[in-house]
Amino acid sequence: MKIERRDFLKGALGGGLLLAADAKPAAARHVAKELPPNAVGILYDATLCIGCQVCVGACKQANNMPVEHTAGTDPLWENPEDLSAKTLNIIKKYGSGDYPVKDTVAGYSFVKRHCMHCLDPACVSACPVSALRKNSDNGVVTYDKTACIGCRYCQVACPFNIPKFEWLSATPRIVKCQLCSHLLAKGGISACCAACPTGASLFGRVEDLRQEAKRRLAMTPGDSYDFPVASLGSKEFQSHKAGHYIQQIYGESEVGGTQYMLLAGVPFDKLGLPTLPDESFVALADGIQYAIYKGMVYPLVVLGGLIYMIRKGEGDKH
Amino acid sequence: MTAPAPLNKTIYTWNFKACAVIAGLAGLFLLWRFFFGIGSVSNMNDGYPWGIWIAYDVVVGTALACGGYAMALLVYVFNKGEYHPLVRPALMTSLFGYTLAGISVMIDLGRYWQAYNIFLPWHSNLHSVMFEVAVCIGTYVMVLWVEFAPTILEKYKAEQLRVRLNRVIFVFIALGILLPTMHQSSLGTMMLMAGYKLSPLWRTGFLPLLFLLTALLMGYAIVMVESFICQAWFKTPSEMPLLSKIAEFIPWLLGVYLLIRLESVNLAGNLALAFNGSLQGNMFLLENALLIAAFVILVQPKNRVRSKMLFLASSAIVLGAALYRIDTYIIGFDPGTGWRYFPSVPELVITLGVVATEGMAYMWVVNKLAVLPKAEHA
Repeated sequence: MKIERRDFLKGALGGGLLLAADAKPAAARHVAKELPPNAVGILYDATLCIGCQVCVGACKQANNMPVEHTAGTDPLWENPEDLSAKTLNIIKKYGSGDYPVKDTVAGYSFVKRHCMHCLDPACVSACPVSALRKNSDNGVVTYDKTACIGCRYCQVACPFNIPKFEWLSATPRIVKCQLCSHLLAKGGISACCAACPTGASLFGRVEDLRQEAKRRLAMTPGDSYDFPVASLGSKEFQSHKAGHYIQQIYGESEVGGTQYMLLAGVPFDKLGLPTLPDESFVALADGIQYAIYKGMVYPLVVLGGLIYMIRKGEGDKH
Repeated sequence: MTAPAPLNKTIYTWNFKACAVIAGLAGLFLLWRFFFGIGSVSNMNDGYPWGIWIAYDVVVGTALACGGYAMALLVYVFNKGEYHPLVRPALMTSLFGYTLAGISVMIDLGRYWQAYNIFLPWHSNLHSVMFEVAVCIGTYVMVLWVEFAPTILEKYKAEQLRVRLNRVIFVFIALGILLPTMHQSSLGTMMLMAGYKLSPLWRTGFLPLLFLLTALLMGYAIVMVESFICQAWFKTPSEMPLLSKIAEFIPWLLGVYLLIRLESVNLAGNLALAFNGSLQGNMFLLENALLIAAFVILVQPKNRVRSKMLFLASSAIVLGAALYRIDTYIIGFDPGTGWRYFPSVPELVITLGVVATEGMAYMWVVNKLAVLPKAEHA
């Protein structure tokens, strides 16, 4: 078969235009990620949180993280301002005016931040060396420093700004919550949930946690209900009056769903959680990449075409 | 057109010495970086994990080094043999640009000693755009060395090796066209993953195509700028007839780019953001104003034969396209948690040191190897 240079160029140009036009359907082809078979996670209920920060200390202890002083001079108190290379989880406070009533927009609310353990994690897709992986059984997103090259693409990609980097180390690592994987391996639960005195941080299977969240959203505000403490399977309950929930489970559908979910009485964007589409940004980038390369078939075809043209060009000269 | 020849002038000029001082200073800061961490010399932070080492040294640096790619495309794919005299100098700047971008990546990588993990199949993540970019750039640096090797072999009279290499060099020329097409567009795909953190003024599904076009535009423009500078500094003969011919098709490339660039923002209904007086809006305007100016100059045939206008237009393309890339990686990027980034002095010095090293290598090579067209003797 004889391919003329002109035809090849036409084909290449047409292909390029098709690719550009193809970008949207390609993204749609990316199938929504399903929950791993034994997905576990955390449900955080801001209306139950009293801001005691026991979870922050418990996390540090369980994960051997150093204390952090960022404000004030009292060496007895640890006071990290935000997640950092030394702090894997944190309680932050939203407040307006003189903070009269908890869990209202005009008042204040707490919020607990750490890795969301996305169903379609951008960091895992971004990582060139699979240092970040999503466990196929329990869905926990883990980090392996022996694989990591420190390129920090995970930080750029994470829509929640969770991975942190050890900027002042000669051998820096990426640091983020791994849902106390080492404790889960021994049949335990994550330290923050085990330590939480009110059940605001609740460990459990994601499917069950979603049910529990829906049960809470259906409660009549002000009526008393039983709330499980530490983990969904535990026998310990506390009675609390149901809060005025925003009718949304944050993490149920954001960027394809997350295994850490939140309930609150204040809109989530006020608590510093970004408003996100249901489709992950991974899907878009993946779709385009797939459309362009079709699993390296296209590049090889183009390479063949190029070699043909270069040889033919050389032949013309002689 | 005269055949390429070594300039054979004094290498150790004041320019060379100035570059050496900057490179030396950068070396000291680098020592600091490797002992006390990236944060000890740079202003990068958890909100802005990539600074100028990536945005300038790699993302702009490799595009500036696309002269070899752009000329090879012209000579070998579009079969325009008459441009051949421009290939060698272009290839050399590509070689330096990409090699130094590779070195910059090693400076920027936190765990650089494990960088080879990218090439270990059990670590490779085929879904990662970063993986593709890293493998392509790594391979392309090697390809560039092979492509440039005949020039070095000529000098050292390794005739047998040169002949043997010439028999298979077409494979490397083909790879030298394929690989930049892949990774230059992927540098655009890379920032799609940033999602909402990237301003709608830059975030579009056309990012890969726009990055490919800017790579080509900067490739051709830098060949022109470089030719003018060599004429002024090294008194090499004028290549004006060839440059004018390149200038004939640049308006087409630039026109397609501008159409997609502006319409992708406009059709998404985000053009108003450009006029809200914010830094992002102003940079968007500046970036596109430079490219529109170049378009307006080059679209008029009479300007394509005037060296001043050509120099002005090609400089505007280099600046505008470079700004587009910096905007996409830094200015248009806002993690939204109050983080700020502006490069620190040591960080800037390290980047300047990389540029200075490139300058020194350039001065050495054009004096020793047959790259530039032979100077006319007065």
